[in-house]
Amino acid sequence: MIPFRWVAAADEPSALAAAAAGGRFLAGGTTLVDLMKLHVERPSTVVDISALPLARIEELPDGGVRVGAMVRNSDMAHHALIRHRYPVLSQAILAGASAQIRNMATTGGNLLQRTRCYYFRDTAAACNKREPGSGCAALEGEQRIHAVLGASDRCIAAHPSDMCVALAALDAVVRLRGSGGERAMALTDFHLLPGEHPEREAAIEPGEIVTAVDIPPLPFATRSVYVKVRDRASYAFALASAAVALDVRDGRVREARIALGGVATKPWRAREAEQALAGQAADASAFRRAAEAAFEGAVGRPGNRFKIELGKRTVVRALSRAGALA
Amino acid sequence: MPALPTRAPKPQSDGAIPVDLIVNGRTSRLALDPRVTLLDALRESLHLTGTKKGCDHGQCGACTVHVDGRRVLSCLTLAVSAAGKRVTTIEGLAGADRLHPMQRAFIEHDGFQCGYCTAGQIMSAVALLGEPCGPADDDVREAMSGNLCRCGAYQGIVQAVQSLRGDPGATR
Repeated sequence: MIPFRWVAAADEPSALAAAAAGGRFLAGGTTLVDLMKLHVERPSTVVDISALPLARIEELPDGGVRVGAMVRNSDMAHHALIRHRYPVLSQAILAGASAQIRNMATTGGNLLQRTRCYYFRDTAAACNKREPGSGCAALEGEQRIHAVLGASDRCIAAHPSDMCVALAALDAVVRLRGSGGERAMALTDFHLLPGEHPEREAAIEPGEIVTAVDIPPLPFATRSVYVKVRDRASYAFALASAAVALDVRDGRVREARIALGGVATKPWRAREAEQALAGQAADASAFRRAAEAAFEGAVGRPGNRFKIELGKRTVVRALSRAGALA
Repeated sequence: MPALPTRAPKPQSDGAIPVDLIVNGRTSRLALDPRVTLLDALRESLHLTGTKKGCDHGQCGACTVHVDGRRVLSCLTLAVSAAGKRVTTIEGLAGADRLHPMQRAFIEHDGFQCGYCTAGQIMSAVALLGEPCGPADDDVREAMSGNLCRCGAYQGIVQAVQSLRGDPGATR
């Protein structure tokens, strides 16, 4: 690790002040400490925010749920409100990482975790995300874990989160606070496409902190499913994943929520697939058409072309399981 | 992916911070560079070498310890961040002349071969008994997936854990 100054924030104002002065927030440490050892992250000041009172899960007046930024992933996954109202979210979290890491990792940290792209993690490789303008070694390299949706010619790194995929499907809202006050934005707007600037990953400003994630009420989310396909049965990042919720009445889909992971540069809400499914019979052929729509704009490369078909089948499997629950 | 060689930073370099670590019930006042992980502080400063360094990147589970009763990875925890919290390592499980039930179970069920991952496996297994986890062998495999065993003693590990499910004396 490169030497750094360590400060513990006693409260939110001191955390924000330290961040405004260039400090980097440390929550669970599962991404940051790892990348500091690799010299990918080189903060001059680390601001430990684990003492901030942001670890609550509370019901909102409208029937939604607010999850504090410092809630540990395992606590969110096992919380009764999450398990009962948003099973897809509980399943997604439990499909990610290991029990030890879920005990450490936080909601806010999960939102801001960095990609697992091999070349991003290797300081000897070209990477526009890590070193803007240096190029992208993945374009000519190993691409098994890389994105087929939302990529640019500057970056094809996939977003690694499972939790965020479920949150995208659930229309979650990210709450931020900075010296200028509080603001909220849709999770689907929070993460940015790489475009010309893959080094910009989220719409959070320097000096801002994620305080919570709000999940709106969604009655049919009790019938929701997360399916994750990976290279080993557990403790691996997704090659493809799908978070879906289905509102089926009398055999027809009234509304569908579909989001994809492992195949895209950000947690990917597949609205075209949702539209393709709305009003259709909840059957295998409609699920397949929705999956086709989800990957309509996908761009495969030699090393990751397989993920287009794999992703479609993942969507079909998730929809079939959710349909069987309905 | 080859990781950069990581050496434990010298524990008492310039910019050292006073850190009170509470490990296995005993408080130690250390002066640590903020770069020192909990893992390195345990091994290099407190000489508690039962906790092992495998990958040092959160991928193998060999460094698993309990912090405030929950299993975490000591290689991804900065020692300064663990100050004032209750840390339990493999050295803190056994009684003076009696093994912890999980240690006995690992011996009984052949839950190890070379032994390098074993401390992490046992710390994980003890914590698992107090977590939500289904009854099946596959549920145990899933809950233990953060602990790799390159000797492949998984069958014995699962049996060891299963032999103590519901045993209130084994959760701590």
